[in-house]
Amino acid sequence: MSALTMNVDFGAKIPVDRGIEEIGAVEPTVAPAKEKKMEKTATVPLDPGTPFAEKLAGFGRAVLPPLLGMLVLLGIWYIATMKGGSIPGPLKTWDAAAVLFADPFYQNGPNDQGIGWNILSSLQRVGIGFGFAALVGIPLGFILGRSAFLAAMVNPIISLLRPVSPLAWLPIGLLVFQRADPAATYTIFICSIWPMIMNTAQGVQRVPQDYLNVARVLALSEWKVVTKILLPAVLPYILTGIRLSIGTAWLVIVAAEMLTGGVGIGFWVWDEWNNLKVEHIIIAIFVIGIVGLILEQSLILLAKKLTKESS
Amino acid sequence: MEKFVQVQTVGQTFETKKGKFVALRDINLTIKKGEFIALIGHSGCGKSTLLNLIAGLTKPTDGVLLLEDREIAGPGPERAVVFQNHSLLPWLTCFENVYLAVERVFGTKESKQKLRDRTAAAISLVGLDHASSKYPNEISGGMKQRVGIARALSMEPKVLLMDEPFGALDALTRAKLQDELMRICETTKATTVMVTHDVDEAVLLSDKIVMMTNGPAATIGEILEVNLPRPRHRLTLAHDPDYIGYRAAVLEFLYEKQAHVEKQAA
Repeated sequence: MSALTMNVDFGAKIPVDRGIEEIGAVEPTVAPAKEKKMEKTATVPLDPGTPFAEKLAGFGRAVLPPLLGMLVLLGIWYIATMKGGSIPGPLKTWDAAAVLFADPFYQNGPNDQGIGWNILSSLQRVGIGFGFAALVGIPLGFILGRSAFLAAMVNPIISLLRPVSPLAWLPIGLLVFQRADPAATYTIFICSIWPMIMNTAQGVQRVPQDYLNVARVLALSEWKVVTKILLPAVLPYILTGIRLSIGTAWLVIVAAEMLTGGVGIGFWVWDEWNNLKVEHIIIAIFVIGIVGLILEQSLILLAKKLTKESS
Repeated sequence: MEKFVQVQTVGQTFETKKGKFVALRDINLTIKKGEFIALIGHSGCGKSTLLNLIAGLTKPTDGVLLLEDREIAGPGPERAVVFQNHSLLPWLTCFENVYLAVERVFGTKESKQKLRDRTAAAISLVGLDHASSKYPNEISGGMKQRVGIARALSMEPKVLLMDEPFGALDALTRAKLQDELMRICETTKATTVMVTHDVDEAVLLSDKIVMMTNGPAATIGEILEVNLPRPRHRLTLAHDPDYIGYRAAVLEFLYEKQAHVEKQAA
Protein backbone atom coordinates (compact mmCIF):
# COMPACT_ATOMS: atom_id res chain seq x y z
CA MET A 1 0.00 0.00 0.00
CA SER A 2 2.52 2.55 1.09
CA ALA A 3 4.87 1.87 -1.79
CA LEU A 4 2.03 2.39 -4.22
CA THR A 5 0.69 5.54 -2.69
CA MET A 6 4.15 6.99 -2.31
CA ASN A 7 4.94 6.16 -5.90
CA VAL A 8 2.24 8.53 -7.01
CA ASP A 9 4.55 11.41 -6.14
CA PHE A 10 7.05 10.11 -8.64
CA GLY A 11 4.42 9.20 -11.17
CA ALA A 12 3.53 12.88 -11.22
CA LYS A 13 6.54 13.37 -13.48
CA ILE A 14 4.78 11.64 -16.35
CA PRO A 15 2.18 14.31 -17.10
CA VAL A 16 4.94 16.91 -17.07
CA ASP A 17 6.93 14.99 -19.68
CA ARG A 18 3.87 14.61 -21.82
CA GLY A 19 3.22 18.33 -21.51
CA ILE A 20 6.64 19.06 -22.95
CA GLU A 21 6.07 16.68 -25.83
CA GLU A 22 2.81 18.36 -26.69
CA ILE A 23 4.48 21.72 -26.66
CA GLY A 24 7.14 20.24 -28.90
CA ALA A 25 4.54 19.27 -31.47
CA VAL A 26 3.28 22.86 -31.54
CA GLU A 27 6.75 24.35 -31.99
CA PRO A 28 7.04 24.74 -35.75
CA THR A 29 10.81 25.07 -35.94
CA VAL A 30 11.58 21.82 -34.16
CA ALA A 31 8.90 19.41 -35.34
CA PRO A 32 10.20 18.85 -38.92
CA ALA A 33 13.62 17.89 -37.64
CA LYS A 34 12.00 15.25 -35.48
CA GLU A 35 10.08 13.81 -38.43
CA LYS A 36 13.20 13.63 -40.56
CA LYS A 37 14.98 11.62 -37.90
CA MET A 38 12.02 9.30 -37.54
CA GLU A 39 12.07 8.51 -41.27
CA LYS A 40 15.73 7.72 -41.04
CA THR A 41 15.28 5.27 -38.19
CA ALA A 42 12.38 3.62 -39.99
CA THR A 43 14.47 2.79 -43.06
CA VAL A 44 17.31 1.22 -41.12
CA PRO A 45 15.69 -2.21 -40.45
CA LEU A 46 15.23 -2.69 -44.21
CA ASP A 47 18.97 -2.51 -44.70
CA PRO A 48 20.23 -5.74 -43.11
CA GLY A 49 24.01 -5.42 -43.31
CA THR A 50 24.44 -2.23 -41.30
CA PRO A 51 24.74 -2.96 -37.60
CA PHE A 52 26.49 0.34 -37.08
CA ALA A 53 23.63 2.29 -38.59
CA GLU A 54 21.24 0.29 -36.41
CA LYS A 55 23.24 1.13 -33.34
CA LEU A 56 23.23 4.76 -34.34
CA ALA A 57 19.48 4.64 -34.85
CA GLY A 58 18.99 3.02 -31.45
CA PHE A 59 21.16 5.66 -29.87
CA GLY A 60 19.18 8.34 -31.68
CA ARG A 61 15.90 6.91 -30.43
CA ALA A 62 17.18 6.89 -26.85
CA VAL A 63 18.90 10.28 -26.79
CA LEU A 64 17.05 12.38 -29.30
CA PRO A 65 13.64 12.80 -27.59
CA PRO A 66 15.06 13.90 -24.21
CA LEU A 67 17.50 16.22 -25.95
CA LEU A 68 14.68 17.67 -28.00
CA GLY A 69 12.61 18.18 -24.86
CA MET A 70 15.45 20.10 -23.26
CA LEU A 71 15.87 22.26 -26.35
CA VAL A 72 12.15 23.04 -26.36
CA LEU A 73 12.32 24.01 -22.70
CA LEU A 74 15.27 26.28 -23.35
CA GLY A 75 13.48 27.73 -26.40
CA ILE A 76 10.38 28.60 -24.40
CA TRP A 77 12.50 30.08 -21.67
CA TYR A 78 14.42 32.12 -24.23
CA ILE A 79 11.28 33.41 -25.96
CA ALA A 80 9.53 34.21 -22.69
CA THR A 81 12.45 36.27 -21.40
CA MET A 82 13.40 37.87 -24.72
CA LYS A 83 11.69 41.17 -23.98
CA GLY A 84 13.58 41.53 -20.74
CA GLY A 85 11.98 41.77 -17.33
CA SER A 86 12.96 40.49 -13.92
CA ILE A 87 13.66 36.89 -14.97
CA PRO A 88 17.00 36.41 -16.78
CA GLY A 89 17.19 34.50 -20.04
CA PRO A 90 19.17 31.32 -20.67
CA LEU A 91 22.27 33.11 -21.97
CA LYS A 92 22.54 35.42 -18.99
CA THR A 93 22.02 32.48 -16.67
CA TRP A 94 24.68 30.49 -18.51
CA ASP A 95 27.19 33.31 -18.11
CA ALA A 96 26.40 33.55 -14.40
CA ALA A 97 26.77 29.77 -14.06
CA ALA A 98 30.15 29.86 -15.80
CA VAL A 99 31.37 32.41 -13.25
CA LEU A 100 29.82 30.50 -10.37
CA PHE A 101 31.25 27.11 -11.28
CA ALA A 102 34.65 28.54 -12.13
CA ASP A 103 35.28 28.68 -8.38
CA PRO A 104 32.75 26.50 -6.57
CA PHE A 105 34.77 26.09 -3.36
CA TYR A 106 35.64 29.60 -2.26
CA GLN A 107 35.06 30.74 1.31
CA ASN A 108 34.38 34.34 2.29
CA GLY A 109 33.13 33.93 5.81
CA PRO A 110 30.18 31.83 7.00
CA ASN A 111 27.50 33.47 4.84
CA ASP A 112 29.37 33.67 1.55
CA GLN A 113 30.65 30.34 0.34
CA GLY A 114 30.94 28.69 -3.06
CA ILE A 115 28.06 26.69 -4.50
CA GLY A 116 30.09 23.49 -4.08
CA TRP A 117 30.19 23.96 -0.30
CA ASN A 118 26.48 24.68 -0.24
CA ILE A 119 25.66 21.51 -2.14
CA LEU A 120 28.00 19.45 -0.01
CA SER A 121 26.60 20.68 3.28
CA SER A 122 23.06 20.00 2.08
CA LEU A 123 24.10 16.51 1.04
CA GLN A 124 25.79 16.00 4.38
CA ARG A 125 22.60 16.93 6.26
CA VAL A 126 20.56 14.62 4.05
CA GLY A 127 23.15 11.88 4.52
CA ILE A 128 23.17 12.10 8.31
CA GLY A 129 19.41 12.47 8.75
CA PHE A 130 18.76 9.77 6.22
CA GLY A 131 21.37 7.46 7.74
CA PHE A 132 19.82 7.74 11.18
CA ALA A 133 16.38 7.16 9.67
CA ALA A 134 17.64 3.96 8.02
CA LEU A 135 19.31 2.88 11.24
CA VAL A 136 16.05 3.27 13.16
CA GLY A 137 13.45 2.74 10.46
CA ILE A 138 14.62 -0.55 8.92
CA PRO A 139 14.89 -2.51 12.20
CA LEU A 140 11.62 -0.95 13.37
CA GLY A 141 10.00 -2.02 10.10
CA PHE A 142 11.29 -5.55 10.67
CA ILE A 143 9.81 -5.65 14.16
CA LEU A 144 6.46 -4.28 13.00
CA GLY A 145 6.41 -6.76 10.12
CA ARG A 146 7.05 -9.70 12.44
CA SER A 147 4.64 -8.75 15.21
CA ALA A 148 1.01 -8.19 14.34
CA PHE A 149 0.35 -6.82 17.83
CA LEU A 150 3.05 -4.16 17.66
CA ALA A 151 1.99 -3.27 14.12
CA ALA A 152 -1.59 -2.75 15.29
CA MET A 153 -0.26 -0.63 18.13
CA VAL A 154 2.05 1.58 16.08
CA ASN A 155 0.23 1.83 12.74
CA PRO A 156 -2.34 4.42 13.90
CA ILE A 157 0.48 6.61 15.19
CA ILE A 158 2.33 6.36 11.89
CA SER A 159 -0.85 7.10 9.96
CA LEU A 160 -1.37 10.18 12.10
CA LEU A 161 2.17 11.52 11.81
CA ARG A 162 3.04 10.59 8.24
CA PRO A 163 0.91 13.25 6.50
CA VAL A 164 2.44 16.00 8.66
CA SER A 165 4.85 18.18 6.70
CA PRO A 166 8.34 17.62 8.06
CA LEU A 167 8.71 21.38 8.33
CA ALA A 168 6.07 21.39 11.03
CA TRP A 169 8.58 19.44 13.11
CA LEU A 170 11.27 22.06 12.60
CA PRO A 171 10.34 24.29 15.59
CA ILE A 172 10.37 21.23 17.85
CA GLY A 173 13.81 20.39 16.50
CA LEU A 174 15.03 23.94 17.10
CA LEU A 175 13.67 23.79 20.63
CA VAL A 176 15.26 20.44 21.42
CA PHE A 177 18.64 20.94 19.75
CA GLN A 178 18.90 24.72 20.31
CA ARG A 179 20.84 24.93 17.05
CA ALA A 180 19.79 25.28 13.43
CA ASP A 181 22.01 22.62 11.90
CA PRO A 182 20.88 19.54 13.86
CA ALA A 183 17.29 20.79 13.62
CA ALA A 184 17.46 20.65 9.81
CA THR A 185 19.05 17.21 9.95
CA TYR A 186 16.29 16.14 12.29
CA THR A 187 13.55 17.16 9.83
CA ILE A 188 15.29 14.96 7.26
CA PHE A 189 15.23 12.13 9.76
CA ILE A 190 11.51 12.62 10.36
CA CYS A 191 10.54 12.71 6.69
CA SER A 192 12.78 9.78 5.70
CA ILE A 193 11.74 7.41 8.42
CA TRP A 194 8.10 6.81 7.43
CA PRO A 195 8.68 5.30 3.97
CA MET A 196 11.50 3.25 5.43
CA ILE A 197 9.39 1.78 8.27
CA MET A 198 6.34 1.17 6.12
CA ASN A 199 8.09 -0.43 3.16
CA THR A 200 10.25 -2.65 5.34
CA ALA A 201 7.25 -3.77 7.41
CA GLN A 202 5.28 -4.48 4.26
CA GLY A 203 8.17 -6.44 2.79
CA VAL A 204 8.44 -8.57 5.91
CA GLN A 205 4.70 -9.27 5.85
CA ARG A 206 4.90 -10.24 2.18
CA VAL A 207 7.66 -12.81 2.55
CA PRO A 208 6.05 -15.84 0.87
CA GLN A 209 4.72 -18.41 3.32
CA ASP A 210 6.57 -21.09 1.32
CA TYR A 211 9.94 -19.66 2.32
CA LEU A 212 8.88 -19.51 5.95
CA ASN A 213 7.67 -23.11 5.74
CA VAL A 214 11.08 -24.09 4.43
CA ALA A 215 12.59 -22.35 7.44
CA ARG A 216 10.23 -24.21 9.75
CA VAL A 217 10.86 -27.63 8.23
CA LEU A 218 14.61 -27.08 8.35
CA ALA A 219 14.13 -25.66 11.88
CA LEU A 220 16.59 -22.87 11.04
CA SER A 221 17.89 -20.68 13.82
CA GLU A 222 16.42 -17.18 14.09
CA TRP A 223 19.75 -15.78 12.85
CA LYS A 224 19.65 -17.97 9.74
CA VAL A 225 16.00 -17.09 9.15
CA VAL A 226 16.87 -13.40 9.20
CA THR A 227 20.04 -13.59 7.10
CA LYS A 228 19.12 -16.32 4.62
CA ILE A 229 15.40 -15.74 4.18
CA LEU A 230 13.99 -12.50 5.58
CA LEU A 231 16.73 -10.07 4.59
CA PRO A 232 17.05 -11.19 0.95
CA ALA A 233 13.28 -11.39 0.58
CA VAL A 234 12.73 -7.94 2.07
CA LEU A 235 15.69 -6.24 0.37
CA PRO A 236 13.72 -4.99 -2.66
CA TYR A 237 11.15 -3.42 -0.33
CA ILE A 238 13.87 -1.81 1.78
CA LEU A 239 15.42 -0.34 -1.35
CA THR A 240 12.04 1.06 -2.41
CA GLY A 241 11.76 2.66 1.02
CA ILE A 242 15.23 4.12 0.70
CA ARG A 243 14.53 5.49 -2.75
CA LEU A 244 11.28 7.13 -1.67
CA SER A 245 12.97 8.50 1.44
CA ILE A 246 15.89 10.07 -0.32
CA GLY A 247 13.56 11.71 -2.83
CA THR A 248 11.53 13.28 -0.05
CA ALA A 249 14.62 14.15 1.96
CA TRP A 250 16.08 16.08 -0.94
CA LEU A 251 12.77 17.93 -1.35
CA VAL A 252 12.61 18.83 2.30
CA ILE A 253 16.21 19.91 2.84
CA VAL A 254 15.83 22.93 0.55
CA ALA A 255 12.81 24.18 2.45
CA ALA A 256 14.32 23.41 5.83
CA GLU A 257 17.52 25.28 5.02
CA MET A 258 15.56 28.29 3.83
CA LEU A 259 14.15 28.50 7.33
CA THR A 260 17.25 27.66 9.34
CA GLY A 261 19.95 29.49 7.39
CA GLY A 262 23.64 28.62 7.54
CA VAL A 263 25.34 26.91 4.65
CA GLY A 264 23.30 24.83 2.23
CA ILE A 265 21.68 24.96 -1.15
CA GLY A 266 18.29 25.96 0.31
CA PHE A 267 19.82 28.76 2.30
CA TRP A 268 21.81 29.81 -0.74
CA VAL A 269 18.59 30.16 -2.78
CA TRP A 270 17.10 32.37 -0.11
CA ASP A 271 20.28 34.41 0.20
CA GLU A 272 20.41 34.99 -3.54
CA TRP A 273 16.76 36.05 -3.43
CA ASN A 274 17.67 38.64 -0.81
CA ASN A 275 20.53 39.76 -3.06
CA LEU A 276 18.07 39.72 -6.01
CA LYS A 277 20.40 37.54 -8.09
CA VAL A 278 17.61 35.77 -9.91
CA GLU A 279 19.94 33.97 -12.32
CA HIS A 280 21.56 32.27 -9.33
CA ILE A 281 18.15 31.10 -8.16
CA ILE A 282 17.53 29.54 -11.57
CA ILE A 283 20.97 27.90 -11.45
CA ALA A 284 20.10 26.56 -7.99
CA ILE A 285 16.87 25.08 -9.34
CA PHE A 286 18.81 23.22 -12.01
CA VAL A 287 21.46 22.10 -9.53
CA ILE A 288 18.87 20.82 -7.06
CA GLY A 289 17.11 18.97 -9.84
CA ILE A 290 20.30 17.40 -11.16
CA VAL A 291 21.51 16.31 -7.73
CA GLY A 292 18.08 14.82 -6.94
CA LEU A 293 18.12 12.99 -10.26
CA ILE A 294 21.59 11.58 -9.61
CA LEU A 295 20.59 10.45 -6.10
CA GLU A 296 17.52 8.66 -7.34
CA GLN A 297 19.11 7.13 -10.42
CA SER A 298 22.07 5.79 -8.48
CA LEU A 299 19.68 4.17 -6.00
CA ILE A 300 17.68 2.62 -8.83
CA LEU A 301 20.95 1.32 -10.27
CA LEU A 302 21.94 -0.09 -6.89
CA ALA A 303 18.52 -1.72 -6.49
CA LYS A 304 18.80 -3.33 -9.91
CA LYS A 305 22.25 -4.65 -9.17
CA LEU A 306 21.29 -6.05 -5.77
CA THR A 307 18.02 -7.63 -6.85
CA LYS A 308 19.68 -9.16 -9.89
CA GLU A 309 22.20 -10.79 -7.62
CA SER A 310 19.55 -12.02 -5.25
CA SER A 311 16.80 -13.18 -7.58
CA MET B 1 9.81 -51.55 12.06
CA GLU B 2 6.11 -52.17 11.89
CA LYS B 3 4.81 -48.97 13.42
CA PHE B 4 7.15 -46.25 12.24
CA VAL B 5 4.63 -43.47 11.81
CA GLN B 6 1.31 -43.68 13.61
CA VAL B 7 -1.65 -41.42 13.09
CA GLN B 8 -4.20 -42.05 15.82
CA THR B 9 -7.80 -40.77 15.64
CA VAL B 10 -6.59 -37.48 14.27
CA GLY B 11 -9.04 -34.72 13.44
CA GLN B 12 -8.42 -31.24 12.18
CA THR B 13 -10.85 -28.36 12.59
CA PHE B 14 -10.18 -24.87 11.29
CA GLU B 15 -11.72 -21.74 12.75
CA THR B 16 -13.13 -19.70 9.90
CA LYS B 17 -15.23 -16.57 9.72
CA LYS B 18 -18.29 -18.72 9.01
CA GLY B 19 -17.62 -20.85 12.08
CA LYS B 20 -15.87 -24.16 12.51
CA PHE B 21 -14.76 -26.09 9.46
CA VAL B 22 -14.02 -29.77 9.99
CA ALA B 23 -11.35 -30.72 7.47
CA LEU B 24 -10.37 -34.16 8.76
CA ARG B 25 -11.91 -36.62 11.22
CA ASP B 26 -10.98 -40.04 12.60
CA ILE B 27 -7.79 -40.54 10.65
CA ASN B 28 -6.02 -43.76 11.63
CA LEU B 29 -2.95 -44.77 9.71
CA THR B 30 0.18 -46.78 10.39
CA ILE B 31 3.20 -46.51 8.15
CA LYS B 32 6.01 -49.07 8.16
CA LYS B 33 9.64 -48.15 7.85
CA GLY B 34 10.70 -47.94 4.22
CA GLU B 35 7.15 -47.92 2.93
CA PHE B 36 5.98 -45.69 0.09
CA ILE B 37 2.50 -44.32 0.79
CA ALA B 38 0.38 -42.34 -1.64
CA LEU B 39 -2.45 -40.15 -0.38
CA ILE B 40 -5.06 -39.78 -3.08
CA GLY B 41 -8.45 -38.13 -3.23
CA HIS B 42 -10.39 -35.35 -4.90
CA SER B 43 -9.20 -31.81 -4.37
CA GLY B 44 -10.31 -30.38 -1.06
CA CYS B 45 -10.32 -33.78 0.66
CA GLY B 46 -7.59 -32.79 3.08
CA LYS B 47 -4.67 -34.78 1.62
CA SER B 48 -2.32 -31.86 2.06
CA THR B 49 -3.76 -31.14 5.49
CA LEU B 50 -2.85 -34.65 6.57
CA LEU B 51 0.64 -34.26 5.11
CA ASN B 52 1.12 -30.97 6.95
CA LEU B 53 0.08 -32.70 10.16
CA ILE B 54 2.75 -35.38 9.67
CA ALA B 55 5.24 -32.63 8.82
CA GLY B 56 4.25 -30.86 12.04
CA LEU B 57 3.53 -27.61 10.19
CA THR B 58 0.04 -27.69 11.73
CA LYS B 59 -1.16 -29.29 14.93
CA PRO B 60 -4.16 -31.61 15.07
CA THR B 61 -7.22 -30.52 17.03
CA ASP B 62 -7.93 -34.15 17.94
CA GLY B 63 -5.80 -37.24 18.28
CA VAL B 64 -2.07 -37.64 18.12
CA LEU B 65 0.68 -38.35 15.58
CA LEU B 66 3.74 -40.41 16.48
CA LEU B 67 7.08 -41.00 14.83
CA GLU B 68 9.01 -43.90 16.38
CA ASP B 69 6.58 -43.71 19.33
CA ARG B 70 7.37 -40.06 19.98
CA GLU B 71 4.79 -37.35 19.49
CA ILE B 72 5.26 -35.06 16.50
CA ALA B 73 5.28 -31.68 18.21
CA GLY B 74 6.41 -29.43 15.37
CA PRO B 75 8.22 -29.33 12.07
CA GLY B 76 11.76 -30.63 11.92
CA PRO B 77 14.41 -31.86 9.50
CA GLU B 78 13.76 -35.51 10.40
CA ARG B 79 10.55 -35.12 8.38
CA ALA B 80 11.69 -33.38 5.21
CA VAL B 81 9.06 -31.85 2.96
CA VAL B 82 9.17 -31.50 -0.81
CA PHE B 83 6.76 -28.66 -1.43
CA GLN B 84 4.28 -28.48 -4.28
CA ASN B 85 5.96 -25.41 -5.79
CA HIS B 86 9.56 -26.41 -5.01
CA SER B 87 10.03 -23.44 -2.61
CA LEU B 88 13.67 -22.91 -3.42
CA LEU B 89 15.13 -19.65 -2.20
CA PRO B 90 15.66 -17.60 -5.36
CA TRP B 91 18.70 -15.74 -4.02
CA LEU B 92 20.67 -18.93 -3.42
CA THR B 93 22.14 -21.23 -6.07
CA CYS B 94 20.93 -24.82 -6.27
CA PHE B 95 24.02 -25.86 -4.34
CA GLU B 96 23.46 -23.23 -1.66
CA ASN B 97 19.79 -24.19 -1.34
CA VAL B 98 20.75 -27.77 -0.59
CA TYR B 99 23.75 -26.71 1.52
CA LEU B 100 21.47 -24.68 3.79
CA ALA B 101 19.65 -27.89 4.70
CA VAL B 102 22.81 -29.99 5.00
CA GLU B 103 24.48 -27.40 7.20
CA ARG B 104 21.45 -27.27 9.49
CA VAL B 105 21.35 -31.04 10.01
CA PHE B 106 25.03 -32.02 10.01
CA GLY B 107 26.77 -28.66 10.57
CA THR B 108 27.55 -29.24 14.23
CA LYS B 109 29.10 -32.67 13.70
CA GLU B 110 30.94 -32.54 10.39
CA SER B 111 33.63 -30.52 8.65
CA LYS B 112 32.80 -27.97 5.96
CA GLN B 113 34.34 -30.24 3.32
CA LYS B 114 32.13 -33.13 4.42
CA LEU B 115 29.08 -30.88 4.25
CA ARG B 116 30.01 -29.83 0.72
CA ASP B 117 30.49 -33.46 -0.25
CA ARG B 118 27.07 -34.34 1.11
CA THR B 119 25.50 -31.47 -0.83
CA ALA B 120 27.24 -32.49 -4.04
CA ALA B 121 26.16 -36.09 -3.52
CA ALA B 122 22.52 -35.10 -3.07
CA ILE B 123 22.59 -32.96 -6.21
CA SER B 124 24.30 -35.77 -8.05
CA LEU B 125 21.59 -38.20 -6.90
CA VAL B 126 18.96 -36.21 -8.78
CA GLY B 127 21.31 -35.82 -11.76
CA LEU B 128 21.89 -32.09 -11.56
CA ASP B 129 25.67 -31.79 -11.20
CA HIS B 130 25.82 -29.47 -14.20
CA ALA B 131 23.24 -27.05 -12.74
CA SER B 132 24.69 -26.94 -9.25
CA SER B 133 25.88 -23.35 -9.43
CA LYS B 134 22.79 -22.03 -11.22
CA TYR B 135 20.07 -19.96 -9.61
CA PRO B 136 16.53 -21.37 -9.47
CA ASN B 137 15.23 -18.90 -12.04
CA GLU B 138 17.83 -20.16 -14.52
CA ILE B 139 16.58 -23.75 -14.59
CA SER B 140 13.36 -25.48 -15.68
CA GLY B 141 10.44 -26.42 -13.45
CA GLY B 142 11.39 -30.08 -13.45
CA MET B 143 14.95 -29.26 -12.43
CA LYS B 144 13.73 -27.01 -9.62
CA GLN B 145 11.59 -29.83 -8.30
CA ARG B 146 14.61 -32.14 -8.43
CA VAL B 147 16.61 -29.64 -6.38
CA GLY B 148 13.71 -29.62 -3.93
CA ILE B 149 13.93 -33.41 -3.70
CA ALA B 150 17.73 -33.23 -3.35
CA ARG B 151 17.34 -30.73 -0.52
CA ALA B 152 14.89 -33.01 1.28
CA LEU B 153 17.00 -36.16 0.75
CA SER B 154 20.25 -34.44 1.75
CA MET B 155 18.93 -34.15 5.30
CA GLU B 156 18.68 -37.95 5.49
CA PRO B 157 15.17 -37.62 6.90
CA LYS B 158 13.37 -40.40 8.67
CA VAL B 159 10.30 -39.60 6.60
CA LEU B 160 10.16 -37.93 3.20
CA LEU B 161 6.95 -35.97 2.71
CA MET B 162 5.96 -34.87 -0.77
CA ASP B 163 3.03 -32.59 -1.53
CA GLU B 164 2.05 -33.16 -5.16
CA PRO B 165 5.68 -32.78 -6.13
CA PHE B 166 5.12 -33.35 -9.84
CA GLY B 167 1.69 -31.70 -10.11
CA ALA B 168 2.93 -28.64 -11.97
CA LEU B 169 5.06 -30.53 -14.50
CA ASP B 170 4.31 -31.75 -18.01
CA ALA B 171 3.60 -35.46 -18.50
CA LEU B 172 7.01 -36.41 -19.92
CA THR B 173 9.01 -34.64 -17.24
CA ARG B 174 6.72 -36.09 -14.62
CA ALA B 175 7.30 -39.65 -15.88
CA LYS B 176 11.04 -39.10 -15.86
CA LEU B 177 11.02 -37.77 -12.31
CA GLN B 178 8.78 -40.62 -11.14
CA ASP B 179 11.33 -43.11 -12.46
CA GLU B 180 14.10 -41.18 -10.76
CA LEU B 181 12.19 -41.06 -7.50
CA MET B 182 11.66 -44.85 -7.63
CA ARG B 183 15.38 -45.35 -8.16
CA ILE B 184 16.23 -42.98 -5.30
CA CYS B 185 13.77 -44.60 -2.89
CA GLU B 186 15.21 -47.97 -3.86
CA THR B 187 18.73 -46.85 -2.94
CA THR B 188 17.92 -44.77 0.14
CA LYS B 189 15.07 -46.96 1.44
CA ALA B 190 13.32 -43.74 2.42
CA THR B 191 9.96 -43.89 4.11
CA THR B 192 7.85 -41.69 1.88
CA VAL B 193 4.39 -40.15 2.01
CA MET B 194 3.29 -38.54 -1.22
CA VAL B 195 0.16 -36.55 -1.90
CA THR B 196 -1.07 -36.98 -5.45
CA HIS B 197 -4.17 -36.77 -7.58
CA ASP B 198 -2.65 -38.89 -10.34
CA VAL B 199 -3.91 -42.49 -10.28
CA ASP B 200 -1.07 -43.90 -12.41
CA GLU B 201 1.51 -42.16 -10.27
CA ALA B 202 -0.04 -43.61 -7.12
CA VAL B 203 -0.12 -47.20 -8.43
CA LEU B 204 3.30 -47.04 -10.01
CA LEU B 205 5.15 -45.68 -6.96
CA SER B 206 3.34 -46.90 -3.87
CA ASP B 207 3.28 -49.86 -1.57
CA LYS B 208 0.00 -48.60 -0.14
CA ILE B 209 -2.53 -46.19 -1.56
CA VAL B 210 -4.54 -44.33 1.05
CA MET B 211 -7.78 -43.19 -0.55
CA MET B 212 -9.58 -40.34 1.14
CA THR B 213 -13.29 -39.58 1.14
CA ASN B 214 -14.54 -36.19 0.07
CA GLY B 215 -14.39 -33.19 2.38
CA PRO B 216 -15.56 -31.55 4.50
CA ALA B 217 -14.91 -33.91 7.40
CA ALA B 218 -12.87 -36.18 5.17
CA THR B 219 -11.39 -39.42 6.42
CA ILE B 220 -9.67 -42.48 5.03
CA GLY B 221 -12.07 -44.39 2.78
CA GLU B 222 -9.98 -47.37 1.76
CA ILE B 223 -6.38 -48.48 1.88
CA LEU B 224 -5.14 -50.43 -1.12
CA GLU B 225 -2.02 -52.55 -0.84
CA VAL B 226 -0.08 -52.57 -4.08
CA ASN B 227 1.80 -55.86 -4.32
CA LEU B 228 3.74 -55.31 -7.49
CA PRO B 229 7.33 -56.52 -7.55
CA ARG B 230 10.14 -53.94 -7.63
CA PRO B 231 11.89 -52.59 -9.57
CA ARG B 232 8.83 -51.53 -11.53
CA HIS B 233 8.86 -50.41 -15.14
CA ARG B 234 6.04 -48.34 -16.48
CA LEU B 235 6.10 -49.97 -19.93
CA THR B 236 5.89 -53.59 -18.74
CA LEU B 237 3.34 -52.64 -16.09
CA ALA B 238 1.07 -51.07 -18.66
CA HIS B 239 -0.03 -54.54 -19.74
CA ASP B 240 0.24 -56.20 -16.33
CA PRO B 241 -3.20 -57.46 -15.22
CA ASP B 242 -2.44 -56.77 -11.55
CA TYR B 243 -1.45 -53.20 -12.35
CA ILE B 244 -4.60 -52.73 -14.40
CA GLY B 245 -6.62 -54.18 -11.54
CA TYR B 246 -5.12 -51.81 -8.95
CA ARG B 247 -5.61 -48.89 -11.26
CA ALA B 248 -9.25 -49.84 -11.79
CA ALA B 249 -9.79 -50.17 -8.04
CA VAL B 250 -8.51 -46.62 -7.39
CA LEU B 251 -10.52 -45.21 -10.28
CA GLU B 252 -13.63 -46.95 -9.02
CA PHE B 253 -13.16 -45.47 -5.57
CA LEU B 254 -12.60 -41.98 -6.91
CA TYR B 255 -15.24 -41.86 -9.61
CA GLU B 256 -18.00 -44.11 -8.29
CA LYS B 257 -17.90 -44.18 -4.52
CA GLN B 258 -16.67 -40.59 -4.14
CA ALA B 259 -18.06 -39.15 -7.31
CA HIS B 260 -20.48 -36.66 -5.77
CA VAL B 261 -17.80 -34.04 -5.29
CA GLU B 262 -17.90 -33.31 -8.99
CA LYS B 263 -21.56 -32.40 -8.74
CA GLN B 264 -20.92 -30.28 -5.68
CA ALA B 265 -18.14 -28.43 -7.36
CA ALA B 266 -20.19 -27.83 -10.51
